[in-house]
Amino acid sequence: MTPEEKLAAAFQAALLLPADTDLNHLTYHDIPQWDSMGHMQLVAQLEKSFDVMLETDDVLNMSSYQKAREILSRHGVEFK
Amino acid sequence: MASSSNDDVLNVAGKVVLVTGSTRGIGFAVAKRLAQSGANVFLNGVSDAALLEERRRALEEEVGRPVQALLFDVSNPAHVADAYRQIFQRCKRLDVLVNNAGILQDRLVGMIDEGTIQATLDVNVTGVILNLQAAARLMTRNKSGSIVNVGSIVGRVGNAGQVVYGGSKAAVMGITQSAAKELAAQNIRVNAVAPGFIDTDMTRKLPADIHEQRVQSIRMGRIGTAEDVADAVLFFASDLSRYVTGQVLGVDGGMLI
Repeated sequence: MTPEEKLAAAFQAALLLPADTDLNHLTYHDIPQWDSMGHMQLVAQLEKSFDVMLETDDVLNMSSYQKAREILSRHGVEFK
Repeated sequence: MASSSNDDVLNVAGKVVLVTGSTRGIGFAVAKRLAQSGANVFLNGVSDAALLEERRRALEEEVGRPVQALLFDVSNPAHVADAYRQIFQRCKRLDVLVNNAGILQDRLVGMIDEGTIQATLDVNVTGVILNLQAAARLMTRNKSGSIVNVGSIVGRVGNAGQVVYGGSKAAVMGITQSAAKELAAQNIRVNAVAPGFIDTDMTRKLPADIHEQRVQSIRMGRIGTAEDVADAVLFFASDLSRYVTGQVLGVDGGMLI
């Protein structure tokens, strides 16, 4: 699985999203599942999938799918 | 030491545990009890690296398994983040946090200085929240964990000369109950113990008459031991309390203040 696929899978699993969800434009609070509780699930899922430990600032700043991608890149995940 | 059949019931063996403020007193007794039950324990101290290492070695020798140590200030966000990163790097998980680190400075109302307020709240309240937050992050990954906060009887019923300490320990109760409600969905339990008059370095320094007066106020007729508290913490850390969250357990021998 590529990092991009892993990222999509983590979002889908944590936020219970259908496979055809437009992730690239997904932002925090866009959908009912991505509330504060869902956000913590998402963080846990991303940390587990990529074997990283995010900072509190990362958690607070992760406001979109794209932002998650950016943050994970800073933690050494290489996206194409 | 617990027998092997007891260990099976407790299911503490192999669990990764951090006990803050564990170089002496209640913290060390808790760490020892959990290590004796098979837990993989991280000790913590704030500044005395030599004492922390001495305690780590002593415990390691006693249980015959590796014991780890982390020197960090529980009230410093950067230190806390680094400590939990180290736990993650070494063990990839955290199963139990015992938020024990705390300070007590007696002050009558008219004598409370700002420094005492800030120092007490930094360690006893901010420290508890920072560690709870970091621990919950690690525990959420596995949807499992137990957080045990060490409060005090003073946080429940108050005590003259302990407005700051009592306020900080009352906050620990509120933190415990709120976090329990929030984290139950992640299968993370949050409970607290509220020790009464316990035989530690701190209480041994009291004048003899006050010490005796305190013991007289205990219905069970004796001062508590750090091991009495450690056993209550073991209950919350173990599977025996698997369906218990948001509770504050008095460990005080029926003390009246």
